[in-house]
Amino acid sequence: MNILTSALPAPAIVAVPRPRGFWYGVVQRLSRDPVTLICAAILLAIILIAIFAPYLAPYDPTKQSVALRLKPPGYQGHWLGTDELGRDMMSRLIYGGRYSLFMGFLPVFVATLIGGTLGIIAGYAGGWLNSVIMRVIDVFYAFPSVLLAVAISGALGGGTANGLLALCLIFIPPVARVAESVTMQIRTHDFVEAARVTGAGFFQILWGQVLANVTGPILVYASSLISISIIIASGLSFLGLGVTPPNAEWGLMLSALRQSVYVAPVNAILPGVMIFITSICFNLMSDGIRTAMNVKN
Amino acid sequence: MLQFTARRLGYIFPIAIGVTLICFILTYLAPGDPISAIIPDNTPPDVAAQIRAAYGFDKPLPMQYLIWLGRVVTGDLGVSLTTRRAVLSEIIPACINTFKLAGGAIFLSCFIGILLGTLAAYRQGKLSDRAISSVGIAAMSVPQYWLGTSLVIIFAVQLGMLPATGMGNPSVDPFSKTMSYMILPMITLAVSHIGVIARSVRSTVGEILQQDFIEALYAKGLTPARVFIHVAKNAAPPILAIIGLQVANLLGGSILVETVFAWPGTGSLLNSAIFMRDLPLLQGTILVLAMFFVVTNLAVDVLQMALDPRMKNARAGSR
Repeated sequence: MNILTSALPAPAIVAVPRPRGFWYGVVQRLSRDPVTLICAAILLAIILIAIFAPYLAPYDPTKQSVALRLKPPGYQGHWLGTDELGRDMMSRLIYGGRYSLFMGFLPVFVATLIGGTLGIIAGYAGGWLNSVIMRVIDVFYAFPSVLLAVAISGALGGGTANGLLALCLIFIPPVARVAESVTMQIRTHDFVEAARVTGAGFFQILWGQVLANVTGPILVYASSLISISIIIASGLSFLGLGVTPPNAEWGLMLSALRQSVYVAPVNAILPGVMIFITSICFNLMSDGIRTAMNVKN
Repeated sequence: MLQFTARRLGYIFPIAIGVTLICFILTYLAPGDPISAIIPDNTPPDVAAQIRAAYGFDKPLPMQYLIWLGRVVTGDLGVSLTTRRAVLSEIIPACINTFKLAGGAIFLSCFIGILLGTLAAYRQGKLSDRAISSVGIAAMSVPQYWLGTSLVIIFAVQLGMLPATGMGNPSVDPFSKTMSYMILPMITLAVSHIGVIARSVRSTVGEILQQDFIEALYAKGLTPARVFIHVAKNAAPPILAIIGLQVANLLGGSILVETVFAWPGTGSLLNSAIFMRDLPLLQGTILVLAMFFVVTNLAVDVLQMALDPRMKNARAGSR
């Protein structure tokens, strides 16, 4: 190699720009998209606030006070008022983000791992393995997702862990479907065939050609599920199936304050505002990433 | 056409079996067998065993499933543990109420969603397009139970214009009053689907508008209205598929919306079944809703094929 290169004449032009990777372009396009950046900033703030909740919350989120029930925002140092048991709304909203975000992220993460693996296996292997996996997925697809989540956690008997399990289960089928169809598309490309011709083995192609190309689309799809997961998780808590009292969670707070809409309408709206902001930011950010990566719907 | 329908039916059959299997397993996810909930704690063990045997709970699970399936096929979904009435007679009136609400919401969301989406597609990049797209994504992100609560606060609590909850008494109330109970839940249920439908219509119609044949039609001298007929014909099948999916989400979402508005539909039924741990009722309601969804999917597939003959070959090849 050394002998060969030294034998060649020195290259005359060195200014040829190094070809930049796909991800470089994606990052560059994202950095020019103000909406995505603002959403990312808001989400980062919400996440940080949730992580550092014990340092930021002005009051103990579970400390009740009969005298302070349903006070309006700004009452005696309670910036956002108090809830139906006299607990500080702001502290509960800060702590509530922990559960709500956790229940948005974890199920999507687990479902992406399991569903993605199943889908890639089904798409790459084809044949009977594909039929078995995808037909089972089809059956789960026959249930509306909220209904399935309510059914599973309802039968299991509520609670955070059961809610998480139900959410994981409802997100596996859609991720698996996307993973399967993306893998099927990649498998037919010429470069996969080329790799096979050059002697790459089954796992080598899976790792080097298939996985490298399918993870992007799968992750983009998964990112669009986070907002749905947050909304459904809060919905489960709203129905009394997810997070249990006295823990603070936005859906649960909304459900408890719903009884007080006549007395304290502003307080009752606040938890929903947090869910709405978080979910719209995730949706807009996922849209921005999708556009930057040029992945079609 | 008939052959296609028959093929789809053959494809749906195993799915329907799978759905019943999942519904059957649901009751076994719960701790203890379904019968333990109705046997008092102080029952002598031999009597409890007798009751179990009478219901077939002493048999192996696959046998139990077949027995249960046999009863389900004849319309016997068991007896509600709380009301002691047949589950089916609880579900039917609830289903009618849910369909009233969901039907209205589907009509509303299709009408507004298609209108907005088409408008946005025709004005891509313009201010109205961006406004519609932003509203669409906001509508998608709204938690329905929160929107419902907010609407109650605004229109029922603050303005006092509409009733907050319930459905009145349809047999006595005049039609306008019955409708007034439906407005808020219907809007709540429709909003997120308006967002989804508008966004999909925008991208579908937008793609069609960029195709060469549209330019050819204009070049031929057709008026925009005549060209639109061609656009609509091409956009209909994929949009129909999306609406079909939305029907499912709408039924699922109705659980939460019905709870907010105390609407006596399947959602309220499920909610009370969960709280009373009434597993037969839970199982029956979910089975009926899932089966309805399976049938909807079949109907959408057949309709799609009727609208777009190209689908026949594509579908036959893919699966």
